[in-house]
Amino acid sequence: MPVNQTPPEPYKPDPRFKIAHKEALIGVALAIFNFIWWYGFAYGLGSRPPEEYTYILGLPDWFFYSCVVGFILMSVIVIIITKYVLKEVPLDADPNLDRNADPNVTPKEESPTK
Amino acid sequence: MNIQVIIPLAIFLIAIFAIGFIASKQMSSTGGFLQEYFLGGRELGGFVLAMTMVATYGSASSFLGGPGTAYTVGFGWILLAMTQVVTGYFVLLVLGKKFAILARKYNAVTMIDFLKARYNSPAVAILSAIAIIIFLFSAMTAQWVGGGRLIESLTGLQYTSALFIFAISVLVYVTIGGFRAVALTDAVQGAIMVVGTLILLIGVIIAGGGVPAIMQDLLNENPRLVTPFGADGTLTAAYVSSFWILVGVGVVGLPQMAVRAMSYKSSRAMHRALVIGTIVTGFIMLNMHLIGVFARPVMPGIDVGDKVIPLIALEVLPPWLAGIVLAAPMAAIMSTVDSLLLLVSSAIVKDVYLNFIKPEATEKRVKQISIGVTGILGIIVFLLALQPPDLLIFLNLFAFGGLEAAFIWPIVLGLYWKYGNKYGAILSMITGIASYIAIHFYNTTYGNLLGVHTVTIPVVLSLIAYIIGSLAIQRKAFRF
Repeated sequence: MPVNQTPPEPYKPDPRFKIAHKEALIGVALAIFNFIWWYGFAYGLGSRPPEEYTYILGLPDWFFYSCVVGFILMSVIVIIITKYVLKEVPLDADPNLDRNADPNVTPKEESPTK
Repeated sequence: MNIQVIIPLAIFLIAIFAIGFIASKQMSSTGGFLQEYFLGGRELGGFVLAMTMVATYGSASSFLGGPGTAYTVGFGWILLAMTQVVTGYFVLLVLGKKFAILARKYNAVTMIDFLKARYNSPAVAILSAIAIIIFLFSAMTAQWVGGGRLIESLTGLQYTSALFIFAISVLVYVTIGGFRAVALTDAVQGAIMVVGTLILLIGVIIAGGGVPAIMQDLLNENPRLVTPFGADGTLTAAYVSSFWILVGVGVVGLPQMAVRAMSYKSSRAMHRALVIGTIVTGFIMLNMHLIGVFARPVMPGIDVGDKVIPLIALEVLPPWLAGIVLAAPMAAIMSTVDSLLLLVSSAIVKDVYLNFIKPEATEKRVKQISIGVTGILGIIVFLLALQPPDLLIFLNLFAFGGLEAAFIWPIVLGLYWKYGNKYGAILSMITGIASYIAIHFYNTTYGNLLGVHTVTIPVVLSLIAYIIGSLAIQRKAFRF
């Protein structure tokens, strides 16, 4: 997915989009990591014959690592990323409203499209 | 059936009504009826946003069909269900702030508004509206059948009367309260789902004599129940993995999810929703499906999948507690139906009526039409649901997959790829839907093509169609 590069004409893309593009890529990366973890433990450990399974908290090991640990791990990663990586930007229609940095005071936009 | 079960359910329904009325009172405050009725005035905070996404997404299949299948198939189906955890963060991160910013810039109230502005094309809008109306209509009908059946099995009422109670409950608050009422009731319903799920899981584990004992019973019955491959060993890795598209990342293309991704108040609300949404989705999916599997040794021999959860709740819990717990699937169904109803209504009012029939309609007229259309739609769905089609889960998935194949690329690449244009979008939607239907029928006759779920190939084909359509006819960068 090509991120907006500088176009030939004097057109400046909204600076907020750079942050948005980065965060969308983080979403894709998280999903890929999530899939590998889920798949690796489920079919890596789960393909053994059931007699060889060990049990953690009563659950089969492949399931425990793939689904229980996988879910908790994803939750922790999401918390960390939300806290330290994602940026708060104002969402209102006018991109020049940089001064309005406080996201809690998003003004109501009832005006029709400019 | 049992008055102690019915009372908590009745209290739940009354509480839902109350929220609908409170929300409708607030509706006049912000001005701009359409924005308010169909989008809650873009005022959702983090908790409500997360809950309305989870609740909209978690439907009859998460609470009845899914656990019912897990009962038959075993741990392999829980593994499959856990592909849904990704929806908790993926939808909000990928549509993300760019979608929220552009939706505000274009003054978009529906997903179709966004597509129309991005592609500058009435054809895209009308095609999307048709897809939404057809597919979500079938999804909605399936859910209403689920709701009616659930009330039927709980109260012992006739199906028709049960469906009637369900229809009235949903119609009242959706028609009057709009999106804000839907989102607020979703938040309450989501909370009920979390609590109900936890209580029922504990109840089942106690009734089964602890997790190790349950596991031993499963192993004695059929060791394959604890493998990832299903009770008869037919659940392949490719098939289960393809659910990452259907119920995982592909959910980005669902209009009922996309519209929520433009409804939040601020970046901070979105961040909170990411965390809450991920945790709540994972919690509900993991536990509900575990309940389905654990129910097998506790209550063997249930043949109708959808009845596993109601029966097990009545078996292992005291009646009043079962009533509270069974409000959870009820809540799941209602919260899905209310969103779909409002979305189909918005497609008709905003995207068809206001765009093509009468753009100059007055605010008052729009208000009457919106409420009227929502009400009439509800009545039509009620009538359709009277002759219920079987296999609720499959009808639901059909609608899911069809919409995903149609919309995923026009939305995602429309947001992030500047060369995407209307030719690509139209070609992609047509390819997605047509190939979905074709492959659906192929798969039901000959078995799954390439061993994956129906949705997989149409999603790939619609991507190719989008790229070819965009580049072949008119290669021009779009200025967001």
